[in-house]
Amino acid sequence: MIEHLPVLLVVVPIIGGAVPLVASLVTDRAGWSIALATTLVHAALAGLLARQVWTDGVVSYAVGGFALPYGIELVVDGLSVAVVALISAISLGVLAYARHAGPHENTFYSQFLLLVTGLTGMTVTGDVFNLYVFLEITGLAAYGLVASGRDASAAVAALKYLVIGTVGASLYLLGVGYALAATGTLNMADMSAKLAAVGYDSTLVLTAFGLMVGGLTVKVALFPLHTWQPDAYANAPDSASAFISALVSTVSAYALARLLFSVFTVDFLTAVPAARWALVALASLSIVAGSALAVSQRNVQRMLAYSSVSQFGLVIAGFTVATPIAVVGATVHLVGHAVMKGGLFAATGIIERETGASTVGGYAGMGTRTPLAAGAFTVLALAMVGVPPAIGFVGKWYILVGAVEAEIWPVVAVLLVSTLLTLAYFARLGERLYFAEATIREEAPVADGGASVSTGMLAVVVVAAVLAVALTAAVPALDQLLEQTLPPLLNQ
Amino acid sequence: MTLSALQLDLLTSRYNYYAVVLLLGIGLYMLVESPNLVKKVIGMNIFQTGIFLFFITLAYRAGGNPPVVTKGGGPYVSPLPHVLILTAIVVGVSLTAVALALIVRIYSEYGTLDEDTLEQLYYD
Repeated sequence: MIEHLPVLLVVVPIIGGAVPLVASLVTDRAGWSIALATTLVHAALAGLLARQVWTDGVVSYAVGGFALPYGIELVVDGLSVAVVALISAISLGVLAYARHAGPHENTFYSQFLLLVTGLTGMTVTGDVFNLYVFLEITGLAAYGLVASGRDASAAVAALKYLVIGTVGASLYLLGVGYALAATGTLNMADMSAKLAAVGYDSTLVLTAFGLMVGGLTVKVALFPLHTWQPDAYANAPDSASAFISALVSTVSAYALARLLFSVFTVDFLTAVPAARWALVALASLSIVAGSALAVSQRNVQRMLAYSSVSQFGLVIAGFTVATPIAVVGATVHLVGHAVMKGGLFAATGIIERETGASTVGGYAGMGTRTPLAAGAFTVLALAMVGVPPAIGFVGKWYILVGAVEAEIWPVVAVLLVSTLLTLAYFARLGERLYFAEATIREEAPVADGGASVSTGMLAVVVVAAVLAVALTAAVPALDQLLEQTLPPLLNQ
Repeated sequence: MTLSALQLDLLTSRYNYYAVVLLLGIGLYMLVESPNLVKKVIGMNIFQTGIFLFFITLAYRAGGNPPVVTKGGGPYVSPLPHVLILTAIVVGVSLTAVALALIVRIYSEYGTLDEDTLEQLYYD
């Protein structure tokens, strides 16, 4: 049992995901309980695996017992176990929110568990083609979740997401083809050794890097490739947008880091400065453009989506700097951003249900009408700006220190500018919430067929706000976990 | 100026790769330029087909037999890309199915498959 942990993490949610569909024959309200049971098992497995990684270091698993490097390998190290734990925690939070907020259909929970499967698979896999398969499973489930909104506009947003997401994944697949042609292997560890033997300046290797990284940046939603994101987040049901915004781009960013460090390695970045500078440029552009676009939005959820574009630029910048402290910073920000952004989307959902406000103007004076949700929203927003002692501050600080150490000055400058811009769009909301005259007079216009707010929904938002601050205390533990993992990854 | 023998050889022996580039280009062009949503999905399929052909071409080996072990024996073409592409085709079919399902929903709601008309309806 214990040696099968990595594969069970993937198998449990995929089997759990089939159960709600079968249960539909009897009742169409069983989905939530099945999803909860499955996610609890997933969380327990993740906990056991984290303990194992903590004591033994890297855990490797050969699927079906086929000899490596020909079989599919699952690899779990400190970095991936942190992301797996994050997936479990966020899934449980979103379930607590969806209990009342819906959607209540069994199919929604099937897709929910399918998304958990895809995300976990992307995190634990040690095989570049397997990563593509899980990327597409994640994609398919995410398109379905976005489309599960009541309005037909959700279908339009989902189709846009599908078309752009497919092109991204296909480019990644094409890159896998080039890497396969260069090395004849798909196993990440094996491939990284053979890429070095082929030579980092070989056209095949450079093309593979460009296509694989390019494809993944579409999924991460860096600046010019982000256009699917605002529509998808703003049109999905609140539970789905909280879930997707917290995890899908996060795990794609993790996959990008895995590709950079485990497949192409830091040596490649050093040997091909153009590749590193291209990524730094893309990330910096994303940071500035995302913040600037966020400032100009009127719809709060679209503003949060553009804010993600900027924050993921920051994470990718941290990974590209590739000094240990910057990578720890990027990981901290990755985890912190998932908690903060998921919480912010959940809070906007509550505020809209209680007051009908969904635009920056509409938020005026709503601070007193929904004190708890607005309070949590403000705390999360300040954490996102990077006010100490919140987790947002720690991540940014580490990335900043790493960039200064590595003397990559554009990242330093852009980080400071973007913090000001982040303050600009969140401060404007905070000001509206508490100090402006209310523009929406009537009590609680019902938007969603008798929409109301449950204790579970409020609890999720409050817990997210508390975590956004309390997680700072967990940074030393994460630091220690990564201390065993990072040196071999970063060749130090 | 005439083509040298080597250039001619490159042109005639690499036709698979030209087909790949052509399929990728046509697919991407349809995906971006066609205002019809169904044609966009077809473009997406053509784009993916280009990638499939690329993998299959990678596996080819001059004089190789199909990778089915019979009495004849090797050399075989590489079976790995075939298996990968089998998986990728399944993924492509599911994506097409989801895309078409979404298009059905969009058509029943807005009554159009034209992107520009849809854009106007969508932002109103």
